[in-house]
Amino acid sequence: MVETIFKSFKGKLPDKILDDVRENLPSKITKDKVKKILEQVKKEFDEMQVEAGESVGLVAAESIGEQGTQMTLNTFHYAGVAEMNVTVGLPRLIEILDGRKTLSTPMMEVYLKPPYNKGKDIKKIALSIKETKLDDLSAEFSINIADLIVEVVINQKTLELMGLDMKDVVKAVEKGMKDAEVKAKGDAIIIKPGKEEGIQELYKLKEKIKEIHIGGIKGVKQVLPVRRGEEFIIITAGSNLKVAFDKEYVDEERTTTNNIHEVAEVLGIEAARQTIINEVLKVIENQGLNIDKRHMMLVADMMCNTGTIKGITRYGVVSRKSSVLARASFETPIKHIISAALVGERDNLTSVVENVMLNQPVPVGTGLPGLITKAK
Amino acid sequence: MEEEGLPQYTFKKVKSLVFGVLSPKMIKQMASAKVVTPELYDKEGYPVDGGLMDTRLGVIDPGLRCRTCGAKLKECPGHFGYIELARPVIHINYVGLIHVLLKGTCRECGKVMITKSRKDKILAEMERIRNEGRVEDLRTYAKTIIKELASQNKCPYCKSRQQKIVIEKPSTFLENDKRLSPIEIRTRMERISDDDLKLFGLNPKSIRPEWLVLTVLPIPPVTMRPSITLESGERSEDDLTHKLGDIVRINQRLFENINAGAPEIIIEDLWDLLQYHVTTFFNNDVAQLPPARHRSGQPLKTITERIKSKEGRIRHNLAGKRTNFSARTVISPDPMIGLNEVGVPKVVAMKLTVPERVTEWNAEYLKKFIERGPKTYPGANYVIRPDGKKKRITDDMKEQILEEIQPGYLVERHLMDGDIAIFNRQPSLHRMSMMCHEVRVLPFNTFRMNPSVCNPYNADFDGDEMNLHIPQTEEARAEAEILMKVQTQLISAGYGLSVIGCIDDGISGNYLLTKLIALPRERAITLLTNAGVTELEHVPDKEVLTGSEIFSVILPKDLDFKGKDKSGNDFIIKKGKLLSGVVDSASIGKGSGLLLRHVHKRYGAAFAADFIARLLRLGIAVVREYGHSTAISDTDLPEKAQKIIQETLDEAERKVEELIQQFYKKELETFPGKTMAETLELKILEALNKARNRTGEIVNEYSVKETATIVMSRSGARGKPLNLAQMAACVGQQAMRGGRINSGYKGRTLSCFKKGDLSSSARGFIRHGFKQGLTPSEFFFMGMTGRDSLMDTALRTPKSGYLYRRLANALQDLKVEYDDTVRDASKKIVQFKYGEDGVDVSKSESGTVNIKRIISELA
Repeated sequence: MVETIFKSFKGKLPDKILDDVRENLPSKITKDKVKKILEQVKKEFDEMQVEAGESVGLVAAESIGEQGTQMTLNTFHYAGVAEMNVTVGLPRLIEILDGRKTLSTPMMEVYLKPPYNKGKDIKKIALSIKETKLDDLSAEFSINIADLIVEVVINQKTLELMGLDMKDVVKAVEKGMKDAEVKAKGDAIIIKPGKEEGIQELYKLKEKIKEIHIGGIKGVKQVLPVRRGEEFIIITAGSNLKVAFDKEYVDEERTTTNNIHEVAEVLGIEAARQTIINEVLKVIENQGLNIDKRHMMLVADMMCNTGTIKGITRYGVVSRKSSVLARASFETPIKHIISAALVGERDNLTSVVENVMLNQPVPVGTGLPGLITKAK
Repeated sequence: MEEEGLPQYTFKKVKSLVFGVLSPKMIKQMASAKVVTPELYDKEGYPVDGGLMDTRLGVIDPGLRCRTCGAKLKECPGHFGYIELARPVIHINYVGLIHVLLKGTCRECGKVMITKSRKDKILAEMERIRNEGRVEDLRTYAKTIIKELASQNKCPYCKSRQQKIVIEKPSTFLENDKRLSPIEIRTRMERISDDDLKLFGLNPKSIRPEWLVLTVLPIPPVTMRPSITLESGERSEDDLTHKLGDIVRINQRLFENINAGAPEIIIEDLWDLLQYHVTTFFNNDVAQLPPARHRSGQPLKTITERIKSKEGRIRHNLAGKRTNFSARTVISPDPMIGLNEVGVPKVVAMKLTVPERVTEWNAEYLKKFIERGPKTYPGANYVIRPDGKKKRITDDMKEQILEEIQPGYLVERHLMDGDIAIFNRQPSLHRMSMMCHEVRVLPFNTFRMNPSVCNPYNADFDGDEMNLHIPQTEEARAEAEILMKVQTQLISAGYGLSVIGCIDDGISGNYLLTKLIALPRERAITLLTNAGVTELEHVPDKEVLTGSEIFSVILPKDLDFKGKDKSGNDFIIKKGKLLSGVVDSASIGKGSGLLLRHVHKRYGAAFAADFIARLLRLGIAVVREYGHSTAISDTDLPEKAQKIIQETLDEAERKVEELIQQFYKKELETFPGKTMAETLELKILEALNKARNRTGEIVNEYSVKETATIVMSRSGARGKPLNLAQMAACVGQQAMRGGRINSGYKGRTLSCFKKGDLSSSARGFIRHGFKQGLTPSEFFFMGMTGRDSLMDTALRTPKSGYLYRRLANALQDLKVEYDDTVRDASKKIVQFKYGEDGVDVSKSESGTVNIKRIISELA
């Protein structure tokens, strides 16, 4: 019966708050009291609403900027005993907000689908994700100068661990080295270049052969199976979400990367927005700081609201401002003024700096309403 | 508004600004003089007619009048002039665009090399983008078309083959290695039709491409390049005047040479020189051009340099401004003044003024200020007549002013108690860095503030200076009071918790009071009086009062509160009486100070601010009564504890040694994804940290006696348990870059160790406490990390400062609209509801409603 009261408040209060109330209610409680409680919650919730004109953007910038001064600069950090090197602190925050395409430490958290996530064969699965080049498999690389061929002795142990056999290797090498003759001979693979080549070319070829992609996900340089709660997941250094999703044992719903652009490409802009929030939150929490999520949301929304990710830089968010003077007051003023002149741009003075420049009231906060009192 | 005595104001507002390129016609029209001679002054020192300092361009000498508008110095805004260039020159800032236009149009017929049908399609698309007001997108769209045009080599209209045109930096164009003269370029530009211009993203209404090649040059008014007179009486001209002088001089020589029919080569040289001067006039920092210099070798500051960068016009003078009615001095603490008060030195109060309008009702009151004059406090410094004329109050003028004064006049009287001021400390990182306080005029020369507000300002009293601003209008004062007063800023907008709470002695004092003290009634009353408490009727009628009873006197009588103190015991207040628990940082500290939070919610912000001040005063009174000073012996440990600590540390070192042995024997079990050496480091770090933490626990366990140092730590006033442990027992591992110290000499950290020594003592583990003293090697290790962290701070500040600037610039125009959406300046929606639920963090409790509190209150 209490539920009907809850139902009547649905839509008036966020679900999260309703759930919290439900959870915290003592087991024995009368209907009246529940109603009273919810009414009080509603009252306080309404009192908390933002007022029109509130300069929420600046508040967000202040909150993040002020806390940013308290972060450490130390780039690398071992979170926990056996985890990986991750960029944290201020450098990572800058990286996220810049909207950089290449990260200094790209990372995936690969979740696995039920039968695989129990920990059985976890090492094998992890290895199959890791990018393997021929070099990683080989026990020995040699050049036979007389026959002008390259011989690669394959380490059978690693091969087995990866669940591959010689045929797979030959196939992969053939794929990687077109117009070369590839043969398996015992534990070794013999590669004969299609064209007759000199020794020097052969040396170059050898280096190329080393780089041949055998298996795994391209870009994944390191894998680390970790127990998270009930299940096992794989943390990777290097990230390639698109290919990871093709693997049948990867749980697409939960697997994530810290590369925002990749998320935007594979999962869409809304997912990228959430990733920005999560990643900033991670940095903040890791540094033992406290910033309300709403500020991060606003920043993320600002970065994503055009449909593509724009960094908080002069090329990104700032370049999209409608006001010429606002853009000019940030960076490269000459460039902005000149290009404005060419298009005959009009600055309608709708934001903050332009009006500061012209000594006029700013249209935010108390400057927003256009009220005039009538003189008696 | 036909009221007598009130000035009639007309308010004008700039609604919009349009940017464009000046046409030669426009330049001539707006000019009030043609400059023909490079001379500046004649023999008498008067500006020459037709010179660069012509009085028609404005005046900079007192006494002279502008010949254009007739106004005097400071009244005349200055007027533009122009010069006719003997030969056209290219405007350096448009070189890129000229290149694009040259490449994109047919060399023969001047049409854009795109077929008619495609052109129409593009134009329609552009029109659409422009109508939507997406200027930035228009630019990017134009860029793609320009790119497309660059590869064309045959004109679709006249079928002529197109020659390659390249720029030779900075401003020469070559067609097939043959130089295109600006005259030639200008004729080509003239051929481009208005319609075709649109394809390049240009607006034919604001620009014609031939204007990009200058034939006339506007001369900026004298007022924007004033000369300064040195002590010797010599005049020193502005950089721009110098540059303009060069231009006029070369231009004249070029004229003369052309007229005299000089050889082509001389003319070309002069032309190039003119081009150079005009270029550096606009921008003296062009790549591949030597910057024009003073005789001293210092580069001239021309137009671009004036606008650009932090010290440039935009960021220095337009986006940031200077202000009057402000003061700055050193700050010092004064717990006896309120949280929202600021102590202002009398000297400052006599300089800063508040304008008060004379009315019938206050005329007598204000006259007294005038009578006292500027030298006796509280007096007045100036009166302002309704026509805006400002009069200084002096001993001679006093009588006259007093007679003259009538309703409508303004009296600028000295600052007094209760006036509104805005107090600020840089760096102003958040809005709590500028708060509104009430003035308290006090003796001596420093600003006084309640130590509790140090935190939002991030101030301390080791020599910090702060700024004070006095709002000058009623609106400003009202806004400051309603929106910026300290009590309105108690809750941080960043995370929804209190930024202001009791600090230092305020906490340790109350802790002592509620935990250890019981006083006879008389002394209790003395104590409360010392703390400024006046509600002595609430003191219970008992012979001896416990600390809790004394503390309860300052609580509101209907306060009910239930919480926990720092050590986890119940903290209960019922009907304004502290029944159980000890007051410490968990209840009255900043951040999660729960009692404060409760009081704030229940009794409002103003009460909470006052409550904090009362708590602080009480705490300090207790500390003064009871005594509270730290000593080295505070952290003395009993022998037994010392023994246990030494054993723990020995044990840890043994463990480390064991690990190292295992490592050498390669028996160490490696962590996945790590090498053996890395694993060793991690394991050693773990073992040593565990040992240090254990010593901390031991210190805590064995420090039974509540000495001052321990009181501070336990109450949460200052110092974490870690700091205690570091003093008493063991400083611990010094970490650099997330690991142990491992750099310095080859294979070792300091020269006193053996190479390859991996033991704890050789890699920066400090096993002694500060009190015992450090060994020389430990001392050096600490110096290393100390220096490292110093460097970190020095590098971090500018980095995070830049991040902040970028964020602020990107987000500053976002605001909540009347329809609850968050939009930017061009009304584009960024969020449909702020933060998805519309909650203002600074009004919330850590971002949400405090459900537990409501339930416990109502259930």
